[in-house]
Amino acid sequence: MAAEGTVAALSPAATMAVRAEGYVEGPVKAFAIATVFWGVVGFLMGVLIASQLAWPLLNLDLEWTTFGRLRPVHTSAVIFAFGGNALIGTSLFVVQRTCRARLFGGEDMGWFLFWGYQFFIVTAALGYVLGVTQGKEYAEPEWYVDLWLTVVWVAYLIAFGGTLIRREEPHIYVANWFYLAFIITIAMLHIGNNAALPVGAGGGKSYIVWSGVQDAMIQWWYGHNAVGFFLTAGFLGMMYYFIPKQADRPVYSYRLSIVHFWTLIFLYIWAGPHHLHYTALPDWAQTLGMVFSVMLWMPSWGGMINGLMTLSGAWDKLRTDPALRFSVTAVGFYGMSTFEGPVMSIKAVNGLSHYTDWTIGHVHSGAMGWVGFISFGAIYYLFPVLWRKRGLYSEKLVSWHFWIATLGIVLYITAMWVSGIMQGLMWRAYDELGFLQYSFIETVAAMHPYYAIRTLGGVLYLSGALIMAYNLWMTVRSEGLAEAAAPRRAPAFAGATPAAAAE
Amino acid sequence: MFRFLRDHGIIERNVILMGVLTLITVAIGGLVQIVPLFTMETTIERVEGMRPYTPLELAGRDIYVREGCYTCHSQMVRPFRDEAERYGHFSLAAESMYDHPFQWGSKRTGPDLARVGGRYSDDWHAEHLRSPRALVPDSIMPPYAFLDRPLETADIAAKMRALRAVGVPYTDEMIANARADLLAQARPEADPAGYQSRYARARQAAFDGNPAVVTEMDAVVAYLQMLGTLVQFRDVTPEQLRQQ
Repeated sequence: MAAEGTVAALSPAATMAVRAEGYVEGPVKAFAIATVFWGVVGFLMGVLIASQLAWPLLNLDLEWTTFGRLRPVHTSAVIFAFGGNALIGTSLFVVQRTCRARLFGGEDMGWFLFWGYQFFIVTAALGYVLGVTQGKEYAEPEWYVDLWLTVVWVAYLIAFGGTLIRREEPHIYVANWFYLAFIITIAMLHIGNNAALPVGAGGGKSYIVWSGVQDAMIQWWYGHNAVGFFLTAGFLGMMYYFIPKQADRPVYSYRLSIVHFWTLIFLYIWAGPHHLHYTALPDWAQTLGMVFSVMLWMPSWGGMINGLMTLSGAWDKLRTDPALRFSVTAVGFYGMSTFEGPVMSIKAVNGLSHYTDWTIGHVHSGAMGWVGFISFGAIYYLFPVLWRKRGLYSEKLVSWHFWIATLGIVLYITAMWVSGIMQGLMWRAYDELGFLQYSFIETVAAMHPYYAIRTLGGVLYLSGALIMAYNLWMTVRSEGLAEAAAPRRAPAFAGATPAAAAE
Repeated sequence: MFRFLRDHGIIERNVILMGVLTLITVAIGGLVQIVPLFTMETTIERVEGMRPYTPLELAGRDIYVREGCYTCHSQMVRPFRDEAERYGHFSLAAESMYDHPFQWGSKRTGPDLARVGGRYSDDWHAEHLRSPRALVPDSIMPPYAFLDRPLETADIAAKMRALRAVGVPYTDEMIANARADLLAQARPEADPAGYQSRYARARQAAFDGNPAVVTEMDAVVAYLQMLGTLVQFRDVTPEQLRQQ
């Protein structure tokens, strides 16, 4: 294997020292702040709607605050606002440093992306509360919001791709493969799933071009790959940059990175029909979805192994660096939920799990454990770097955040496992005379204690995020942490890289 | 083994090549799974009875979408014994062929609604929507008393025109009479002959109990009461239901 290329593709560490003053950082800082802000908003909305399921009086008898209207506010706030800001912010940070190139389009492009994306979030959320929705899960924004997002997304592709093209490194670093696949695939999915005809140019209402079974297939082609490419590929890009940086080790295996990348993006796109098992979708499509979902286990765990083994020889850092603990635990949760997913995609299992809280628990072990934790790890790394501080205000508070959030996830997912499996079994239970044993409302009543426990889990997770916000605020404010003129964290092992060798 | 990985450097050095190969790689699965659903005629079962929504039902369906009912209610009965007993015959693709968008849902916090039509009285639905816990004490559904407000009907023809453009077989006659048909269905004293000739098996009632005003409640209850009632399953043969 060509040594130079391999090392260049594996080592983000060397590039930090070069031309730090030339990078576009203002918008990246704004994205980092927005990530924390929308994270808190999204978790708060989650706690609210979880409480509504436990105590329905909290729907407040108002049309704007019913579960049906607020649930998309929660999902969009977490996926697109929290996750989206984390992805765009980190990708702009990573692509400049791993390419040793200034962002294509400069500060103006960065600020357009930032404000354009925030505008998308706010118009979408306002619409949900007022009842403006397409009625497709995770694709609720109406046509005018979709069009605006398309404009912002094309600009994002131009900015990201343009920066890659003007890179000074010969190879494109592996994190950027994942970010690029995320940007391209989300564009394809967004346009395909949101094809709609407005009722009138003056109104928000539109009708989706697709109908019935075809619309269902297209929706879950989109929906599952919003998971696959927004919540997975993008965050794997994050993993491939920030874990090597935090651990000060190169990525474990270059070959595994290549196999991981191409198999993951090829297989993921087929998995959508597992959301439609035993529905009116033809069996051949369901079978394809199941088979590919099970195969998807392999690249998922390949990626997990690549992330975890990057810590070889640096495992001791987990004791001393609580931010790295977030990143590594995230990969653990990734491994767990990418095992659970293929299990649930098997039709026999899905017959029980579908329509129940088991699915909700599965999604949250991925969203809170993987997406949330890998983002927290990146955010704790980014703030001191972007604001030129020697470190965080308090490592101890990071530890508190970590344990409170972990406890919150454990309460959440175990409550949902119990509630989901219990409800699935109650639906199909027969008494000794051969009648259905439970009416539907008995299954609803049985879930109450688990909904309360789930809410408590959410409160803990939210509390952790508030601790993080305070810690980061104090980090930025603290004069005492300001670092000397020299950049923080000189490349520790960079002797092996061409960039450092040239210095 | 893995010699081909050496050549990966070519892709790693060329942004355009990497982008194009990525797009091709992620396009394949979707094309294989989606395109045949449009081209294979057996995807939609050959059953009789399906028709477009009446204007009132359509208005109710739009409110169902607006309120996010799909976040807690599915409309897709699976072919299991317990679901057949609880909800009725399993759902067909044909039964949502005019649904833009589909509302199969993914979660049953509340029960499936695919065949809720005709199971309860109009009064039960209206009261239950206004105050779910008055009728079902353990219910966790939000109250929808605000639906007792006049229904916006000015844009109903425009909505039907938009739906026709995406494939719903609304006729010129249906669109020309859209608003009149909507009002007639919700007013028991109106002559039903006109809209009933255009929409088979469409009930006429003061769905919310008040014939004086056509409300959002009228529309939602009219929609719920027709769900799953169009296909007459005693006339359906296994051959008609065969997919692929």
